[in-house]
Amino acid sequence: MNFEIIKEYMPLYIKAFMLTIRIGWMGIALSFVIGVISAFIMHFKIPIASKAVKVYIEIFRNTPLLVQLFFVYFGLPKIGIRISAEACGVIGLGLLGGSYMAESIRSGLGAVKVSQTEGALALGMTKGQLFRSVILPQAFTLSVPAVIANVIFLLKETSVFSAISLMDLMFTAKDLIGLYYNTTECLFMLVFFYIIMLLPVSVIGSIIEKKTGFKMFGE
Amino acid sequence: MEEILKINNLSKKFNDIVVLDNLSLSVKKGEVVVIVGPSGCGKSTFLRCINGLEDIDEGEVLLDGEKVSRNKKNLSKTRERIGMVFQSYDLFPHKNILQNITLAPIKVKKRKKADAEEEALKLLDRVGLLSKKDSYPRQLSGGQKQRVAIIRALIMHPEVLLLDEITAALDPEMVREVLDVVLSLAKEGRTMLIVTHEMAFARAVADRLIFLEGGKIVEEGSPAEFFDNPKTERLKSFLQTFSYE
Ligand SMILES: Nc1ncnc2c1ncn2[C@@H]1O[C@H](COP(=O)(O)OP(=O)(O)OP(=O)(O)O)[C@@H](O)[C@H]1O
Ligand SMILES: [Mg+2]
Repeated sequence: MNFEIIKEYMPLYIKAFMLTIRIGWMGIALSFVIGVISAFIMHFKIPIASKAVKVYIEIFRNTPLLVQLFFVYFGLPKIGIRISAEACGVIGLGLLGGSYMAESIRSGLGAVKVSQTEGALALGMTKGQLFRSVILPQAFTLSVPAVIANVIFLLKETSVFSAISLMDLMFTAKDLIGLYYNTTECLFMLVFFYIIMLLPVSVIGSIIEKKTGFKMFGE
Repeated sequence: MEEILKINNLSKKFNDIVVLDNLSLSVKKGEVVVIVGPSGCGKSTFLRCINGLEDIDEGEVLLDGEKVSRNKKNLSKTRERIGMVFQSYDLFPHKNILQNITLAPIKVKKRKKADAEEEALKLLDRVGLLSKKDSYPRQLSGGQKQRVAIIRALIMHPEVLLLDEITAALDPEMVREVLDVVLSLAKEGRTMLIVTHEMAFARAVADRLIFLEGGKIVEEGSPAEFFDNPKTERLKSFLQTFSYE
């Protein structure tokens, strides 16, 4: 391994890393918003909307992100909407992630025991008070592990962004290998940066799981 | 004594199966009525109909002379006045003991936090659990949780308290500590409707007992009449299942 090469490529990788992180986290934030709204719609069984949400989830969970990105990237301009490749990445990841987040959050809401609802209602709480003070905090805790798994999954999925010519980590590595054949260094740096990106999420994730899970379980 | 709770001709079906059949009952202020009966006879359903956790098909429930309306807004108002404790200790696992008790008075009754906490601490002290105020439900034994559940209902100052087999899920050595609390509530003149399988407790706590079977009141009487001199064959054979002679 040649450290001169690594040093030389470093700025390019850092740039790609920042781009990956930026799009990745914006997409995840979007997926969370979509997921929460979709989960609430399903939980409250809002007519029509909950059917629509189910269709959305099935479509996005059962097609590859690459295909979804192509639809956004090549499809939107066809109907006259022009957006940047970065925005496409965020929207694509947000829509894919939203379908996963929706399922995770909905199953968290569904996993709160019926006896909790009845206990709260018997105390005279309204449906709104019940939802805010009893269901939501417990559902949050119950959803945390799945939501964190989704975050890690989505960050890894960013590797297909190169297909819509976003200069993310994958793109940079492929590009450099194609130009100069320094395969070992390029791949090493690729792995290194993905680990830097994902390891903290795993670590912080398991800390959050411990902190929030602590008060809930072991009944 | 004046009548606080009146149930007129209440009927309830689950999928066309009649669970409660034209039941009527009147409970006076300060009275303790114990309901016993074989499993599946509709005891829980009866209590749940009274505080609106189940819809009723026919009949009416009157609380202090007012008909308990089934519309949502009034239902939560009614439930403030009718406390209920269940078999499963349904404390809120994400809140500590003090928060479990003060949540409803603060949210529902809009009481000041300090004020609600002061009363909660007094109640905790009364059932010997003051030291547990900062613990979480999972750190308590079943009997302790159930005592907290009783306080959580009491702090709402209910006019009637419904208790549904609150010791059925407890280990035998914890039953006593919970029933003692209920006995002390009866002594201070609380109005209660109690479902239980603990016959010795039923006898000690009840002003009046009701034997429910097939969704109907089969027999009704004072503890002495009920246990020592049952009139119907069905009650006799039911009581026999609890003795080992
Ligand atoms: N939600 C429900 N849907 C359908 N049937 C129900 C429902 N709840 C209760 N039942 C039925 O109604 C009958 C009365 O049930 P209930 O729980 O009131 O009995 P119970 O007297 O409390 O019995 P136990 O002593 O076992 O607690 C039972 O046959 C039960 O299967
Ligand atoms: Mg029951």
